[in-house]
Amino acid sequence: MIEIEHLTKRFGHLTAVSDLSLTVGPGEVLGFLGPNGAGKSTTMKMVTGYLAPDQGSVRICGHDIVWDTIAAQKRLGYLPEGAPAYGEMTPRQFLHFIAQVRELSGEAEKTATDRAVAGAELRGVLDQPIETLSKGFRRRVGLAQAILHDPDVLVLDEPTDGLDPNQKHAVRGLIRGMARNKTIIISTHLLEEVDAICTRAVIIDRGRVVIDAKPAELAARSPSGRLDDVFRQLTTGDTSGAAA
Amino acid sequence: MNALACVFAREFKSYFATPLAFVFIVIFLFAMGAFTFYLGHFYDNGAADLSVFFGYHPWLYLFLVPALAMRLWAEERRSGTMELLLTLPVPLWATVVGKFLAAWAFAGLALILTFPIWITVNYLGNPDNGVILASYIGSFLMAGAYLSIGACISSTTNNQVIAFIVSVVVCFLFTISGAPLVLDAFRAWAPLPLVEAVSSFSFITHFASITAGVIDLRDLIFFFSLIGLFLFANMLIVDLRKSG
Repeated sequence: MIEIEHLTKRFGHLTAVSDLSLTVGPGEVLGFLGPNGAGKSTTMKMVTGYLAPDQGSVRICGHDIVWDTIAAQKRLGYLPEGAPAYGEMTPRQFLHFIAQVRELSGEAEKTATDRAVAGAELRGVLDQPIETLSKGFRRRVGLAQAILHDPDVLVLDEPTDGLDPNQKHAVRGLIRGMARNKTIIISTHLLEEVDAICTRAVIIDRGRVVIDAKPAELAARSPSGRLDDVFRQLTTGDTSGAAA
Repeated sequence: MNALACVFAREFKSYFATPLAFVFIVIFLFAMGAFTFYLGHFYDNGAADLSVFFGYHPWLYLFLVPALAMRLWAEERRSGTMELLLTLPVPLWATVVGKFLAAWAFAGLALILTFPIWITVNYLGNPDNGVILASYIGSFLMAGAYLSIGACISSTTNNQVIAFIVSVVVCFLFTISGAPLVLDAFRAWAPLPLVEAVSSFSFITHFASITAGVIDLRDLIFFFSLIGLFLFANMLIVDLRKSG
């Protein structure tokens, strides 16, 4: 369960996120869409406790991210933008570090690691330094790290960026498989992804929610029935592709 | 405590994941030897003590310790792993202290590896080993103080070179403030309490009184409170970044 209320973040004169409110519950996969610079990553950074909001609040499973940070972060798995990881470590060492921090050890660690490694399909590269891995594999290492402790809430910033079509398909399958009892937010540029895995689509532009609907409803807004057209219309004011 | 241990272990191992540890220790030992034997005329002094050896420590630390500290935070910021680290359920103080302790333990390891000189001096004569032990402790504390400055400055930038240069300058101020060069300039006009105040900020003043063989509580308090102060500043800087 993620409860975002009146979230606002300014950088100097720029308002990156403006009075954003959203509630996402278990079983939902929310696709967070918007043009570059719309505030997707900034919102995710605030939801996960990396940035402090200027106004508003975020609660993860009832724990306030600012005042009860550790309890909230324990319930959370996060894939940051660009899937950062310690390059000199191997995925095995890296996941061991994450497991320790997440207080998993012994049999629990082994089960969790096996599950995450299988889910992210990392078996072949477990003992290669992360910095030598391809972009797709690094993304999957980040994903494995995020799902390691089987969190109630997953926040994934562009989980399929840089993956080839087969890998995209696999990662989407993984996310769909976890969706039943988790609360998931993914950000993406790819509208096909919304169709493929999301139960709900939120488009934001200049830090505001411009639409919050089911993917099918969204597509129905355009005579062409295509999400691309709706997206362009909502975020640029371009009405050429749609009859208002 | 568990979280602190995880951060410590990861950070400490990361020194050995690259040639950094090896290069640092070799240069450290080589420089210690070169200073002591060539510049310090260790043999010609005809005295069975290590005062010459320890006398060069502040000046060696001035350059070597910032090199050890510069990557602590700057590297995390540059590679984006800072976002990962700060969204894991680890209290900020544990991250700051864990990183610092890892670097300090590494510096301690380098210092311990200078033991052949202790064997040499015991072979050549009958030194006061109590004084030598006190000097080692003092040297280790001083390394910690330099490191806390370096760690704090490293957290202000994502550029390791800047972190290094600024740390050297700040460490230089803390070193030189007890040297005759500075104190004489003050003595000419300043009242005695001011001269003493300037001198009391100097690492050399406190280190010299320890290498004389007396571990005075005041010197211990000086080094520990300096470390505490800079680590607290380090924490504030990281925390302030959260507000953007």
